[in-house]
Amino acid sequence: MADVAILHILASATSPVEGALGEASQEHLLLARQTQALSFIVHIPLVCFGVAFPAMVLFMEALWLRTGDPTYKALAKRWSKVMLILFAVGVVTGTILSFELGLLWPNFMATFGEVFGLAFGLEAFSFFIEAIFVAIYVYGWDRLPRRVHFMTGIPVVVAGITGSLMVIAVNGWMNDPEGFRVVDGRVVDARPFAALLNGHVAHETVHMYLAAYLVTGFVVAGVYAREWLRGDRGRYVRAGLVVPLTFAALSAPAQVVVGDWAARTVADTQPVKLAAFEGLSETRTAAPFTIGGIYIDGEVRYGLEIPALLSLLAFHDPQAQVRGLDTVPAADRPPVNVVRISFQVMVAIGTGLMVLGAVYLITWWRRRRLPASRWFYRAVIAAGPLAFLALIAGWITTEVGRQPWVVYGHMRTEQAVTNAGGLAIALGVLIAIYVLLGALVVWLLRRLARRPPETEVGSEVAT
Amino acid sequence: MAELSLALIMLGLTAYAVFGGADLGAGFWDLTAGGAARGGRVRGMVQRSMSPVWEANHVWLIFVLVIFWTAFPTVFGSVMSTLYIPLVLAGTGLILRGVAFAVRGQAATIAEARALGAMFALSSILVPFFLGAAIGAIASGRVPLGNAAGEAFGSWLNPTSLFVGTLAIAIGAFLSAVFLAGDSVRAGFPDLQRAFRLRALLAGAVSGALAIGGLPIIRSDAPALYDGLTSVPGVVAVAVSAAAGIATLALVLTQRFGPARVTASAAVAAITAGWALAQSPYVLPDTVTLEEAAASDATLAALLASVAAGMVLLVPSLVYLYRLVLRGTLDQEFEPLDQRFRPMDAGDDEDRRR
Repeated sequence: MADVAILHILASATSPVEGALGEASQEHLLLARQTQALSFIVHIPLVCFGVAFPAMVLFMEALWLRTGDPTYKALAKRWSKVMLILFAVGVVTGTILSFELGLLWPNFMATFGEVFGLAFGLEAFSFFIEAIFVAIYVYGWDRLPRRVHFMTGIPVVVAGITGSLMVIAVNGWMNDPEGFRVVDGRVVDARPFAALLNGHVAHETVHMYLAAYLVTGFVVAGVYAREWLRGDRGRYVRAGLVVPLTFAALSAPAQVVVGDWAARTVADTQPVKLAAFEGLSETRTAAPFTIGGIYIDGEVRYGLEIPALLSLLAFHDPQAQVRGLDTVPAADRPPVNVVRISFQVMVAIGTGLMVLGAVYLITWWRRRRLPASRWFYRAVIAAGPLAFLALIAGWITTEVGRQPWVVYGHMRTEQAVTNAGGLAIALGVLIAIYVLLGALVVWLLRRLARRPPETEVGSEVAT
Repeated sequence: MAELSLALIMLGLTAYAVFGGADLGAGFWDLTAGGAARGGRVRGMVQRSMSPVWEANHVWLIFVLVIFWTAFPTVFGSVMSTLYIPLVLAGTGLILRGVAFAVRGQAATIAEARALGAMFALSSILVPFFLGAAIGAIASGRVPLGNAAGEAFGSWLNPTSLFVGTLAIAIGAFLSAVFLAGDSVRAGFPDLQRAFRLRALLAGAVSGALAIGGLPIIRSDAPALYDGLTSVPGVVAVAVSAAAGIATLALVLTQRFGPARVTASAAVAAITAGWALAQSPYVLPDTVTLEEAAASDATLAALLASVAAGMVLLVPSLVYLYRLVLRGTLDQEFEPLDQRFRPMDAGDDEDRRR
């Protein structure tokens, strides 16, 4: 298996392609990358809400349909409005991303569009279905029959999942490119479906979905944890806290397992990336895992070294050989510290979130009540932003870890970039827009939150 | 298969021009509605009509982009890199417009509503202008194959681009007024119906005049495009568009807004078809033909099969959405936009209940 992987890497490393639009020369490559990264940082949390929130809203509505308790309806309806606002913002930030693919990386699109483009075609349909039914669902409250209304939410859940699946398939493909051949530097014999079914799509997808439930669950729970700490412990706040928190708490331990799967796949297909995770400069057996520290001159200093742990984690064998950064020329290595620190941040926060979820689940299981300590609720409030941070750190790990390649082993990021000017201006404008966007969304959500729950259902909410 | 893929792009573009264009046009009427009190009802109607549909309408643009980059990747890369300025500006407008619209519904004071409304309305004008300018750049042969190989400014700052950009604003306003007039009838607001009917007639006349006035511009600036539009089969599409436009004016004049929606959409569809026919067989005039631009057959086959499968889900969903909208099931409460900032009197109260 490992030998096959090595052959695979060697084969890919030896088949660079020429850009379909010729060579690129862009002195501000880093600006282009930062512009793209900024847009992803803004968009990905919205994707999390697109994937995970509809399920929570529908769960809440199902509780209402079963029990008839208007508290649940008030929450579901309120949440659905939040969902619509975030969806609307996601529509525009997602549009920016699709523009940017062409505006920033025309040579990437021109060279490989026929290989991976199909995924976005499928994604567009998901997006369509989501846009249609999110509108029907949110504007259909009290206007459609109850059961029909609930049913119109189901396509929102499904489309949120299939849409992001397609985008992640493209990302998986960039990391593990398949579905084409390279002949004389030209991309030929494109097989779009084979490209979709690459070796990374499965673990990246599951990893991202669980992350979505963690981020959404903890962010939403945090809102009600604050109310709880302020002394409002009514049914409304309680339900608003418990449902998302349960989603998140159940996702956290699963995420650890999936993280292990992801790391082992990366060890197989992108050994240099794994070496960057750990700052492993030389290939060795019984490779250690270092917690903390910083990578300087080929070694990690000031960290806590645990012998053989990396071999154990990456190959489930403490004596296994782990390939180091030295297996490729310096020009083919990602920036180690960025990747490594992001990776450590992600793992540390993920572990913390799992502990927090476990405290909640165990208390619930043993005592049938919520934890009593105020610190628990403070931790839940902090968990939302931390989960978000872990999410971004995770994406930095995988995307910066892919560098210097845009299509792993085939096309360098510097070949993909546009020759156009004005990148600094574009980045400046974009920063201004995102700041404005963020401020408006926060303002809007706060305004929505200030309205008493009764406005959603009439006057019968027990708080 | 390349032809089919191009047809899909044109279909998506037409749908975006009709539905997205109408939404953008609504921004135009929002901008020109007058002071807070005078324009309040027009703005309220815009808000009410657009809310449930604008996101779905907007997705057509994404649809066009993804098919474009999958089926004609090198042309996509060339177009995006050369026309980065108008496209960045259009993209910026799209964000500001969407967000301002979504947020305006929650504004608490007239000052907030005014600021957000101005942002929404102004960006609604910038988007069609710059997208139109980009189309003008392609149609007039100013986008060469290559990574940002064309002129950064001259490619879209030229007579054809300015003409197409202006026409795009006018057509959006026209479509929007026709749709909103129909919505006003359904909502039972004779005053708004009169207001939008007048606007539809005005915008229709302006669009028609622009289209005719633009012919000499195209003739001198982009002779190849002009030849394509004035010879068979391009001229047929142009004639159909003109006929559909005139029919729409007649239908609006006689207050038959339902059929007017159809003819107005047909007029727009004929224009996009005319553009495609006029520059056939080229995708980038005189540079790249359709066959040269197309991705491999395997990709096109996969794309077409996927789109066909996707349409099986999409079409019934869209039909369901528009049926609910046209039946009024999803109708929002109508509220003149300035009204919630005024103390309520009896008359307002009655409006609210509708």
